[in-house]
Amino acid sequence: MITEQKKEVILDDSRVIMEALAQAGADVYIGYPITPSNAMYLYASQRFTMMLPAPDEISTLQYMSGLATLGHIPVTATSFPGFALMIESINMAYMMELPMIIILTQRLGPATGTATAGAQGDVALLRGMISGAHPVPVFCPSSIEDCWQLSAKAVEVAVKLRTPVIILSSKERATTSRNFDISKLPPIKPIERKYYNGDKPYLPYEYNESLVPEFLPVSNTKHQVRITASTHDQKGIIQHTSEEATRNTVRLEKKIYHYLNEYTYYEHIKNGSDKIIVSYGVSANAAQEAVNIQNEKNIPVDLLIVKTLLPVPNVLYDILNNYKYIVFAEDNINGQYAKIMYGDKLPPNISYVGAIGKMLSPKEIIEGGKL
Amino acid sequence: METKVLNTKELPFCKGCGHHLIAQNTAKAIEDLGLNILDVIFVTDIGCHGIIDKSLNTHTVHGLHGRSVALGAGISMGLPEHKKVIVFIGDGGATIGLQHIMEAARLNVNMMVVVHNNFLYGMTGGQLSGLTPKGFNTIITPDGSPYGEHDICELAYTAGANYVSRVIGIGDYSDTFKRALTTPGFTLVEVMEICPSYGVKFNPKRKLQEIVESANKPVKTWTNNREPFKFPERKIVANLLEKTPIIEPIKSEKTLNKQIQVVLSGSAGEGVQLAATILCKAAVKHGYNITQKGTYPVTVGVGFSNAEVNISPHEINFHGLSNPEYVLVISQDGLDFSKKTIKELSDKAWLLIDKSLEIPETRANIKQVDFRGKGVKNAVIASLFTFAKISNIIEVDTIKQILEEMSLLEKFPINEVEKELIS
Repeated sequence: MITEQKKEVILDDSRVIMEALAQAGADVYIGYPITPSNAMYLYASQRFTMMLPAPDEISTLQYMSGLATLGHIPVTATSFPGFALMIESINMAYMMELPMIIILTQRLGPATGTATAGAQGDVALLRGMISGAHPVPVFCPSSIEDCWQLSAKAVEVAVKLRTPVIILSSKERATTSRNFDISKLPPIKPIERKYYNGDKPYLPYEYNESLVPEFLPVSNTKHQVRITASTHDQKGIIQHTSEEATRNTVRLEKKIYHYLNEYTYYEHIKNGSDKIIVSYGVSANAAQEAVNIQNEKNIPVDLLIVKTLLPVPNVLYDILNNYKYIVFAEDNINGQYAKIMYGDKLPPNISYVGAIGKMLSPKEIIEGGKL
Repeated sequence: METKVLNTKELPFCKGCGHHLIAQNTAKAIEDLGLNILDVIFVTDIGCHGIIDKSLNTHTVHGLHGRSVALGAGISMGLPEHKKVIVFIGDGGATIGLQHIMEAARLNVNMMVVVHNNFLYGMTGGQLSGLTPKGFNTIITPDGSPYGEHDICELAYTAGANYVSRVIGIGDYSDTFKRALTTPGFTLVEVMEICPSYGVKFNPKRKLQEIVESANKPVKTWTNNREPFKFPERKIVANLLEKTPIIEPIKSEKTLNKQIQVVLSGSAGEGVQLAATILCKAAVKHGYNITQKGTYPVTVGVGFSNAEVNISPHEINFHGLSNPEYVLVISQDGLDFSKKTIKELSDKAWLLIDKSLEIPETRANIKQVDFRGKGVKNAVIASLFTFAKISNIIEVDTIKQILEEMSLLEKFPINEVEKELIS
C-alpha cells in the first residue's frame, strides 16, 4: 500500500524509464548520442555508477555484450539509425544469450528522416531483426506507470530468459513532459541473479525444461565458460549444423514464447461495442481520447492497448476474435502492427489508420476508422 | 586444476599455417607467467584464427567478424587488472574493426590484441584486406594489390597503446607475448605470416621476410606509458525522480473547466521551451494537468522553436497539436512555423503577437504587445504574463513565483512588464 504524501512533479518518460531500469538492477549504461534518445543518455549519466560513452553504436553493443558476460545488466538508448548499426550485434547477444536492455526511441525515417519528428515506423523491423526471425521481447509503454512497470519487467525478462529486450518508445512519448504524482510509483526490487554453482564442469548451453541455460560469468575461476555467437552445441563449441546445435538454435525461439504469458501486458477497455481500436505507445493516447469522444456521443468503442508488442501474445487474438470491426491506430502509414498480427492482406473487417510527420490525432482515428 | 592453455596438440589449422605458432607461443607465455588459466579470457572472431576456441582450456568468447576488440574491451572494462583478456583477430578483422582497435588503444583498455596478419582473408578464399601490402597477389588482385596498406602497429601506437610489437611469425616469440601480457593497458602484437593455402599459391616465389621488408614494416617495438582504463568515478544521484522539484499546489480563484492548448512559437535559442516549462509549472501549481511537447528542427540554435502546452482540469490523453485556444508568437521564425495553425484558429481563440510582426490571416482575437522590447531572452516569458492576464486561468503572481523559484526573476524586467499589463 502506498501511504506516501502526494509528490506532484513534471517529468518525461525518459526519466522514468531510466530510474525504473536502475532500480530493477540494470547497472551499466553505454551511450552514443542520437536524437530523440539524448535525454535518456543524460539521465543515465546522472544515475548509473558505470557509464561509458561509446564511439559508435556497434561498439556500444559490443561493450554491452562484453560487460554482460561478466554478469552486468547493460542498457543503451538509441533511435533507428543507431539501432540499424546495432542489429548484427543484437543478433550476437541473442545467440550468446546475454541479457541487456535497448531502448529504441522511434523518429521519422527512412534513413536519417527527421530526427525531431515522432513516428512508430520501426515495429516491422523489430519483428524480423533476428536472422531466422526469432522473436525478441518488445515492450511498449504508453503511460508513466507503464514506463515504470514495463522497464522493471524488461530487466526481469532479460535476465530470466537470458536475452536482449527492447523497450520501444517514440519521440512524442520520450521527450514530452507531463505532471505526475511520483508517490504512485512503488519502489522496484532489484533483480537477484542466480549463477551456476555446481561442481560438475559447467556446460554453458546445457538446458532443461526451463529452456534457459544457467549463467556463469567469464570472471569466475571455478569453471571454464564458453560463449559464442556461432551455431554451437551445449558446450559452446562451434558446430556446422549438428542435431544438437540446431536444436539449441530452435530453443532460442522456443524460450521466448515459453514465458510469454509471464510478460504479457495489455489493457482492454470495454464499452460494450462490436468495434475496437488496437493501439500502442503514443498512438494509444490518441486512441483513448477518440474512445472518450465517441462515448460522449453515445457511440461506444472499445480499446485494446498493447504493451507487450512482440512476440504477439495469443490473448490478443482471443480478445479481438470477439469483435466485428477492428481498427489499428499507429503512427505509420502502413499498419505495421496490424500486418504483423493479420498478414499483409488484411481481412475485410480489419483496417488501420496512420499518420506521417505528425501525431495521429483522435479525429483522424474516428474519421479514418469510420467509428 | 588444468594448467595447460591448449587442450590438444592437433590445432585446427592448415599444415604450415603460422596460426599454430601464434597459439603455441601465446600458450607458452601464459604458462611461463604462471597465470591461472581461468583468469584468462580469449576473445576471438570470424576468420581462420577464430576456430582456435575449442582447443583452449581458458574461458572463450567468440563474436562477430572484426568486433572482437570491442567485445574484449567490454569484458576487460569490468575486470580487475590481474585478469587477462586476449583478443585474436585477423588482418581482415583488424580492417573491418579498425575503429575498435583505435578506441581500445585510446582508452588504453587492459588487453592484448594479437593480429594474425597473413595479408588476406583466408576463410573466404584469399581476398585482400586493408593490411595487404601493395603488390601482394590475391585472388581479387592476381597482378598485385594496387593499394597501399595500413601499418596497424603505428596506428595502435599513435592511438595510445602502451605496448606494440611486430614479429615475424616463425619460431619462439613467446617473450613478446609475455611483455605484452605484463604491460598494463592496451597492447598489440602484429604477427606477420603467409597463408599456406592462398598466400603461397598466389605468390609462389615470395618469402615472408622479403614481403615484410619490401612493405617497409620493420620488426620493432613501440611503447607509451599511459594510465590504463578504469571506469571513471562520477557523482551520481540516488534517484532521478526525486531530482525533479515537487510542485506544491496553491489556492486560487482561477478555474478552468475544459482542456485548452497554448502554443508558444518563437526562435531557437530564445527560451521558448523554458517559457513553456514555466507555464506548465504555474498550471500545475493551480492544480491542473499539463503536457509540454516541443517541436523544433534538428539544428540547435537556428530556426523555429515551438512548444505545445495542454492545460486541463482532467486527465490529458492526446497531447499533440489540436485547435489551440491561445497562440503566442514571439518572432518571425515562430510566425512562419505557425501560420497554418493561426489561420485555422477559431474566433474564440487568441493570438498574442509581438508588435514587430505583421498580423497574419486569422479569425482569432488579436493582442499586439512589445514582447521583444523586453529583451530577446525575456520576450517569451513576457508573453506568459499577457497570456495569464487575458486567459484568466493562471494568476500573474504564480508565474512570478515560478520565476523566483527558478532564480530567473532577478534578471527579468518585471516592473516594466507589470506596468504594461495594468495599462
